[in-house]
Amino acid sequence: MPKLPAPPQCHTELATKVLCGFLREESHRAGFQKAVLGLSGGIDSALVVELAARALGPENVLAVAMPYRTSNPISLELAQDSALHAGVALEVVDISTMADACIDQAGETDSLRRGNIMARARMITLYDRSARDNALVLGTSNKTELLLGYGTIHGDMASALNPVGDLYKSQIVALSRHLGVPKAIIYRPPSADLWSGQTDEEELGFTYDAVDALLVRLVDELWSRDQLIEAGFATDFVDGVRQRIRINQYKRRPPLIAKVANRTVNLDFRYARDWGT
Amino acid sequence: MKAALCQIRPKLGDLDANFKTHHDWIDRATEASADLVLFPELSLTGYFLRDLTQEVALELNDPRLEQLIARSADGGPSLVIGFVERASDHRTYNSALFAEDGKVLSVHRKVHLPDYGIFEEGRYFAAGESFDLIQSKHGNFGVMICEDAWHLIPAWLHYLQGVDALLIPFASPARGIDANTAELTSQRAWRTLVSAQSLFFQSWVLQCNRVGYEDGALFWGGSIAADPSGQTVIEAESDEEELLIVEVDPAATRRARDFAPLLRDAKPGLVRRQLARILDDRDALRP
Repeated sequence: MPKLPAPPQCHTELATKVLCGFLREESHRAGFQKAVLGLSGGIDSALVVELAARALGPENVLAVAMPYRTSNPISLELAQDSALHAGVALEVVDISTMADACIDQAGETDSLRRGNIMARARMITLYDRSARDNALVLGTSNKTELLLGYGTIHGDMASALNPVGDLYKSQIVALSRHLGVPKAIIYRPPSADLWSGQTDEEELGFTYDAVDALLVRLVDELWSRDQLIEAGFATDFVDGVRQRIRINQYKRRPPLIAKVANRTVNLDFRYARDWGT
Repeated sequence: MKAALCQIRPKLGDLDANFKTHHDWIDRATEASADLVLFPELSLTGYFLRDLTQEVALELNDPRLEQLIARSADGGPSLVIGFVERASDHRTYNSALFAEDGKVLSVHRKVHLPDYGIFEEGRYFAAGESFDLIQSKHGNFGVMICEDAWHLIPAWLHYLQGVDALLIPFASPARGIDANTAELTSQRAWRTLVSAQSLFFQSWVLQCNRVGYEDGALFWGGSIAADPSGQTVIEAESDEEELLIVEVDPAATRRARDFAPLLRDAKPGLVRRQLARILDDRDALRP
């Protein structure tokens, strides 16, 4: 089998400039000076807090760590390291009581439902701080997750501005190294941290490097299925990923609206969000 | 002749703010003794207009537009201004007007409307149908708006008509951060275009981009000018607002065309004959 093509690269200085400019200009024109984001102790949020501190000034960024009682304690320590490195204030909000109230009320649940409840408890916390501090919520979902649908709709996928949604995980790693994200975060296996020892790559069934190499060709470079297989990607892998992208499209779009009028919100009532600014 | 490239940051759909910006930048360009002031594509409206298109469309006799055009009177500089034009039949065009001595000498309606990827111009604009030479007191100009410059023929048509300088207002969103250079893929492409157009058509090429983000897309600036030998003479330093002044020297055009008489050897008659045959023979190529 031929050697698999490489995952996508990223020019770190150029990316930093474009993403910081994005955060600065898009928040200011929406009328906000401040931002708030959740810090999980993982690489995506550690990168976003670095970008936000550079773009808006560390004094204008609030990081919130939101552990649940089964979260790995190391996650909180790393979130603290990350906030310290970025120079931003950190608020710690234990979501156990809040999430357990929902979980207990829900009766018998599985790990997927519990994970979703935790993600949404964090979203509620962030949007509450957003209203309290007049700060926009920053998203931390990367392009790999968005395409694979590996996130909770209205949970970790909820945000006002997402500076990293067009970067694959491998690009996130490169940029994080460049911006000095603590090494312990960079080399930690990515995890949703719902239970001890959980890792993304085990759950997904492939590595980020492998899927990023596939996604960039499929999505950005417009390779056909046959070309991908010929280049050495396994047929099952190619088809599985294509299927995941398709079935998760709903997570990336606003809800469908039944059209009955001449102009329907988002269908043919179409305006940029930056309308008038 | 001194040209000013106004790399501005238009506000999306805010005509009043953008008219004010134009007046301010014309002041700045006038202070710099500019004879010709070039603004980017859709400079009066912003780019991702979508359903705002009709709302911000201006008829040529709009009083606010007339005030702006009047800035070219009484010794004021000639102006190239991007706007949404509402024609008398209510079609809307992505247009650039050329004003001189208080009058509109020409309106170029963008011919090539990109309707792919992030672009939706075909949905909102009618397409222009010609590339007409503008005979200005400062020289002969040919205007092409953004995508028009991605085709070779528009500039060639201007070349055959006697153009001295190609004026290219554009609005290019950033993409491509994955290369080894600290330069966007889109910027590299446009830099190649400016060199290619100036080399092929032995003309001055002035390209004016805008700056600022709209719904997450960055317009990266990088306004640039090249002389008739393909050399870059000035380039914006950043993706911030910037006023660039270019000395457009007609002698450079003469030197380039004396050195290599490409225009003399152009074969428009051959093109006409062969194009007719191609269009007759191949239905697929019919527009």
